[in-house]
Amino acid sequence: MANLKTISKKSKAQSMGMHTEVLTGRTQQKFFNPDEAENFYYFGTYDVDFNKRTDLDVKDMTAPEANKEIDNLMSQGYGTIVIKNPQGKHSLGVGILNKLNLIFEGSLGYFGMGSCDGPIVRINGRVGWSCAENLMAGKVVIEKNAGSCFGAAIRGGDLICKGSVGARTGIDMKGGTIIIGGDAGAFTGFMMQRGRIIILGDVGINLGDSMYDGTIFVGGEIGSYGSDAVDSELTSSDQDWLKRKLKVAEIGENFDVSKMKKIVAGKKLWNYDNLEPTEKKGAI
Amino acid sequence: MCGIAGLIHRGKSSNVGSELQGMLQALKHRGEDSTGYALYGDTDGKNFIMRFKVGENVGEGSSSIMEDVSVYDERKKVVDQTLAEMGAKVVKEERTLPYSLRYEIDYNVKDLLEFSQRIESIPGVEILSMGKSLEVIKDLGNAKMVCDRYSLDKVVGTHAIGHARMATESGVDIKSAHPFWGYPFSDVSVVHNGQLTNYWNNRRVLENKGMRFMSECDSELIAVYIAEKMRDGATLEEGMKASLTGLDGVFTYFVATKDSLGMAKDTMAAKPLVLYESDDLVAMGSEEIAIRSVLPQEIDTYDPFDGEVKVWQI
Repeated sequence: MANLKTISKKSKAQSMGMHTEVLTGRTQQKFFNPDEAENFYYFGTYDVDFNKRTDLDVKDMTAPEANKEIDNLMSQGYGTIVIKNPQGKHSLGVGILNKLNLIFEGSLGYFGMGSCDGPIVRINGRVGWSCAENLMAGKVVIEKNAGSCFGAAIRGGDLICKGSVGARTGIDMKGGTIIIGGDAGAFTGFMMQRGRIIILGDVGINLGDSMYDGTIFVGGEIGSYGSDAVDSELTSSDQDWLKRKLKVAEIGENFDVSKMKKIVAGKKLWNYDNLEPTEKKGAI
Repeated sequence: MCGIAGLIHRGKSSNVGSELQGMLQALKHRGEDSTGYALYGDTDGKNFIMRFKVGENVGEGSSSIMEDVSVYDERKKVVDQTLAEMGAKVVKEERTLPYSLRYEIDYNVKDLLEFSQRIESIPGVEILSMGKSLEVIKDLGNAKMVCDRYSLDKVVGTHAIGHARMATESGVDIKSAHPFWGYPFSDVSVVHNGQLTNYWNNRRVLENKGMRFMSECDSELIAVYIAEKMRDGATLEEGMKASLTGLDGVFTYFVATKDSLGMAKDTMAAKPLVLYESDDLVAMGSEEIAIRSVLPQEIDTYDPFDGEVKVWQI
């Protein structure tokens, strides 16, 4: 490592593995080159045919057994899988890093569709806590209600709940879009870092508490604003984007988006340019 | 972690013992140190049913000790003698386990405070429940084990609440297990999932007001807190709403009375609850799989929001 006492601030930070960039105005970074097709496929994923369809009854299966069977069916080229009798089981459909049409004929318990990248999922029921946590890409549509921590830490993709959701929706989200057709509970958008949340109904207390960045659109009443969450002007491009998104999401197509409220980070809590105390010690 | 479950049939009775067993067994992964049932059975309403223990079933971390059955026998004799002195006639007596008893008592007094104080002044004796319909049964092990041990699967009634416990704040024993009786109120019981952070402050205040605590389990505070509010004239719902600000911490809890069942969720909605509501049945639990054990077909459920209180009547 270079002599930290003599080099510039920028070099110090870089020498310590950090950077000093300001995130204002930044959009999603591109980590993959579209020309390098192999970057879009994970090792061990399958080439599936969406027209090849099958049913899977998981009534008497445990969640690991069901998930292994989904993987097995994908390995046989099935691109559309209908899950029968999920009956509120936890952790169904987790870790799918593949193109796939997945349909659940019923409700899921906790952690359904967690850590997925790519599938198009329709859940004809309700989901429990932490649905689609860490979603990277794809689309998950829930026809009924969802529990708390809906879309926690998602990086990308579209997550749509046509009913109402519990508390802490989109907590720590880093990208993607969450759309709620009904109401949302307390601490919606808590510590969100990027991405967008759309709520057509009312939302509970502490909306957008400690959000770093990202945008929240609310159609109904707001219980209260969280720390550093502030109103922002709803632009015409916002309205265009909202109309397009709601149409694609098959939800609220005729909703009057011009009356929606737009909430963003006040950025008073930002402290990116300051070193942590322990790092300061090393830099002195 | 703990799991809670409850159900209330409106306008009819059902096999609530078996139904609650299924719900709690579905939640056993949330804790099986102990399991407790508060069952509101069909009775003629003439006699009090007193569930009490004369000793402990001692598990890990408990401050209690295992005792010889002869000690339990002696305590039972003192209880019988005390009941006779108070003019309470034991109509029916069941001793399911050496330390666990069920008495049906002909006792014509509404205020149970003095009655309970006298019974519990006998060392090693604790009333688990007192009421004309309520019976609290709790012991170590998962829901099926407790159900089998106490033959609860045949109990018919209108409503019930229960708890699958993972011990965190106090030891593994019956006195720390849920549900808690809303002493000294007839037919009031409480189960709780969460952690209360102003337990000792509230306990000191309530003890100074003459309320009684039998364990050091923070959940007992909810039963005592609401009982004290009701003693001062509040309705169940008013007491529960006051608890949202009076109790600090994270919680979802159920309270049941002779003819009602209520739920409350803290203002941060930190603890889970899934609810199913129809015209003739309300079922709720920490996870949907609990409800699925009584309603396997596809149903509409939802999570109550933060700071929500609901009460249903039979």
